[in-house]
Amino acid sequence: MLDIVVSIALIAVVLSMIGIVYRVIKGPSTADRVIALDSLGISLISVIGLVSILLRTSVFLEVILLLGILAFIGTVAFSKFIEKGEIIQRDRHK
Amino acid sequence: MKKTNDVILQTVTKIISFIIILFSIHLFFAGHYTPGGGFIGGLMTAAALVLLLLSYDIKTMNKILPFDYKRMTAIGLLIAVLTAAGALLFNVPFFTHAYDYFDIPLLGETSLHTAVLFDIGVYLVVIGITMTIIQTIGESE
Repeated sequence: MLDIVVSIALIAVVLSMIGIVYRVIKGPSTADRVIALDSLGISLISVIGLVSILLRTSVFLEVILLLGILAFIGTVAFSKFIEKGEIIQRDRHK
Repeated sequence: MKKTNDVILQTVTKIISFIIILFSIHLFFAGHYTPGGGFIGGLMTAAALVLLLLSYDIKTMNKILPFDYKRMTAIGLLIAVLTAAGALLFNVPFFTHAYDYFDIPLLGETSLHTAVLFDIGVYLVVIGITMTIIQTIGESE
């Protein structure tokens, strides 16, 4: 019973990921693509959670937190590049 | 370039970088029995430092954390080699590890393993190399 519910949820998440990938390819501006990539990472987190329920293991739970951190840092880096043109500044008071 | 104000990013960074560093320390010490270890722990600590670099700048980072990351890489390699060579003192082959149980106050009986010392070397090397690469690319014009 649980496996069926988790499989249905997995299919729903994968369908939403296909929609997000369409937005990554089609997105008119760079900001659309960055937000689509961020939500793709968050969807990947939910896929990993559902797969770890299916496999009945708890060793993937570190991966979930890791992907959350990496998605956040990647989005911050991309948005800083869009905003300021450089990712790491040498002196921000100059 | 227009003047911008990153107060939200800097306030969030002050909280989140500590959570990332705590998570990396957890990954480092949990590596013996659960997924984790020196490599991913070092990468996560470097990720926290990169987040600080993103929201501040290289000059501020050099002021608050005055590390020479190339020297950190060398110290990590030295710790790894010395841990492996320490086995030679006890008349056993190179890289033989040992463990024993110790009574530590507050923690109780804990098993301490010399593989942790080797892992500390890996951890320092990974942080040093990652931060050297990122700072060198960030400083070039």
